[in-house]
Amino acid sequence: MTTRKFCDKISRSTPGPGDGGNTGSWRVLRPVIDLAACIPAKKNKKACFHCWLYCPDSVVSKTIPPVINYDYCKGCGICAEECPAGAITMVDESTHPVEEK
Amino acid sequence: MKKDIIEIRWHGRGGQGAITAAKIVANAAFVSGYKGVVMAPTFGTERRGAPVFTSLKISKEKIYDLSPITTPDMVVVLDHTLLDEVNVVAGLKEKGLVVLNAPRSAAEYRFDGMTVAVSDVTKHAVQAGLPPGIVNSGIIGAFSKASGLVDIDVLVKAIEEEFIGKKPEKNAKAARIAYENTEIAEREGR
Amino acid sequence: MHIIESGNVAAATGVRLSRAQVIAAYPITPQTPLTEKLSEFVESGQLDAEYIPVESEHSAMAVCIAASTAGTRAFTATSANGLLYMVEQLHWAVGARLPIVMCVANRGIGAPWTVWNDQQDTISQRDVGWIQIYANDHQQIIDSVIKAFRLAQTVSIPVMVCYDGYLLSHTYMPFDQPEQSQVDSFLPAFAPEHFLDPENPGNFNTVTLPDVRPDGVGVIAPGYIEIRHNLQEDLRAALDTFVEIDKDFEKEFGRGGNPLIEEYRCDGADFVAVCIGSLSYQLRDVIDIMRDKDVKIGVMGVQMYRPFPDKAIVAALKSKKCVIVFEKALSYGNQGALYADIKAALYSSDKKPLVHNYILGLGGREIRTQQLLDALTESCTSPDTFEDTPRWLGLKL
Repeated sequence: MTTRKFCDKISRSTPGPGDGGNTGSWRVLRPVIDLAACIPAKKNKKACFHCWLYCPDSVVSKTIPPVINYDYCKGCGICAEECPAGAITMVDESTHPVEEK
Repeated sequence: MKKDIIEIRWHGRGGQGAITAAKIVANAAFVSGYKGVVMAPTFGTERRGAPVFTSLKISKEKIYDLSPITTPDMVVVLDHTLLDEVNVVAGLKEKGLVVLNAPRSAAEYRFDGMTVAVSDVTKHAVQAGLPPGIVNSGIIGAFSKASGLVDIDVLVKAIEEEFIGKKPEKNAKAARIAYENTEIAEREGR
Repeated sequence: MHIIESGNVAAATGVRLSRAQVIAAYPITPQTPLTEKLSEFVESGQLDAEYIPVESEHSAMAVCIAASTAGTRAFTATSANGLLYMVEQLHWAVGARLPIVMCVANRGIGAPWTVWNDQQDTISQRDVGWIQIYANDHQQIIDSVIKAFRLAQTVSIPVMVCYDGYLLSHTYMPFDQPEQSQVDSFLPAFAPEHFLDPENPGNFNTVTLPDVRPDGVGVIAPGYIEIRHNLQEDLRAALDTFVEIDKDFEKEFGRGGNPLIEEYRCDGADFVAVCIGSLSYQLRDVIDIMRDKDVKIGVMGVQMYRPFPDKAIVAALKSKKCVIVFEKALSYGNQGALYADIKAALYSSDKKPLVHNYILGLGGREIRTQQLLDALTESCTSPDTFEDTPRWLGLKL
């Protein structure tokens, strides 16, 4: 059999921090997680993580509790939409942001 | 165009099972040593009750030509009421064979120069215990008797395989009864 | 094991034996019995696959793209207008380098409306980049489907296996059905390097800018033109790869040897009829008749149309006196599609035959053996009198 390596050039990128620049500055709304309602935070065990799964920019960590990297979070609101516990609220960026615990 | 291909055209109405009948004969012919078998149903839009035809080509060698049959050697008619609507013997070769499911005697169906074989398959199917109107298994028996092309035992086995779960023994019986009750009128005027 | 079944069932059986994992298809005449058979296989447990009903062919290919990107073996089937409905996705699948396999039961495209056979559907999509294999009979349908899955995952390019609607899809013929163990031996499981994985997030087929740019870790990533150039290079290399795969197939199953072209009585021939699909087999009877009359003629079927096997075709045809190309499709506004491809391939050859072109069978217009015989007789008797433009057979008005 020939040893040609097929499909040598593909369009695929792994998420690299800063690949699109400082996209956190694009934000108009910011997601804030209420840890009292967040399922993994409440139960202190691995559970749910829909925010991590659905974030299109991979800025939510799969940790207890999940942590949002606001340097790159664009404020799209998908995590808030997908959270089954309704634990994430989209807050106006221009107001003073609530500090996370 | 090849001389050793036997061409058989099956006439029925949509839903009567002409395709299944031709398929059974195709299977039986194949195991009998006819390596070349091509069965082609009516191509195109169909509906239940409309006249349809199926073509079956049999040869000892592989068949490459898929073009439609224009000059069949034999014609099998599953439903005699088609005779008023369709020219079932169109293109039938000289000294061809017509196998017909019909209630009257062979002498009453004339196709000049053609051998006519008649069996009241509709009646025999009911005799075999099938619901009225199932004619596609019985017609195979009539075909076998009239053409001598494929042995009835081989055909019956093919029927039983095809009708697994759908009254195989009764369908096989219908074929045997029709086989025993096929009247053949030799060609006239030759 | 020999069975007598329709071309559609031959195709479905090939898919079952190849252990397709995701099937998404929309029914369309004359492919419908293929999808029905596959759903029966899945329902009965004979095929362990997800059968996803979709509302259109565009969605069928979209589902296949997603399934293939997720690392599963995906399959769909269609005809004519259904193929055309998914064209945007055809381009996507090939640019994304996904090893999807699709069967197309060739049918003419509306308007005017037809459900009968010609090859304009797939021939009109020859520029997309999908590999195109054409089967001449039921044995080749089932064998080509199995080979297609292996070829697709080897070269990371989707493959369409095409066969004439009605003439092959709906006719019943005997063919050998391979054993599952043989197919498993020939076709390894699909295990791609890159696939959708939440544990390993990545972007597939991201936007490219006109110029190259560095990725997140500073490496210059390929741009659109690099990726497309790689596709073209891999397509051309796929010709040799398919020949090797066919040799492996022959070792395992005892059949094959004609992966790119299939010749009949072309040795020592002055004239060669060329076409694609079941017509190449129908022409064999005509060749035999003419050979009996001492006309040195043969017939060649083109089995792989894209990538175009120009070297094999030129080698087979360049020393002939005259080549007669029959086709059930054309490049409207120019000439017959295959005719133009063959002439272009012969252009730089030191020796060139005369080339004639016949368009026939469009919209299922019957092709009679006598018509083929008459056309070939005229071509062979007066080869110099033909113009460089297609003649049409079977026109009635």
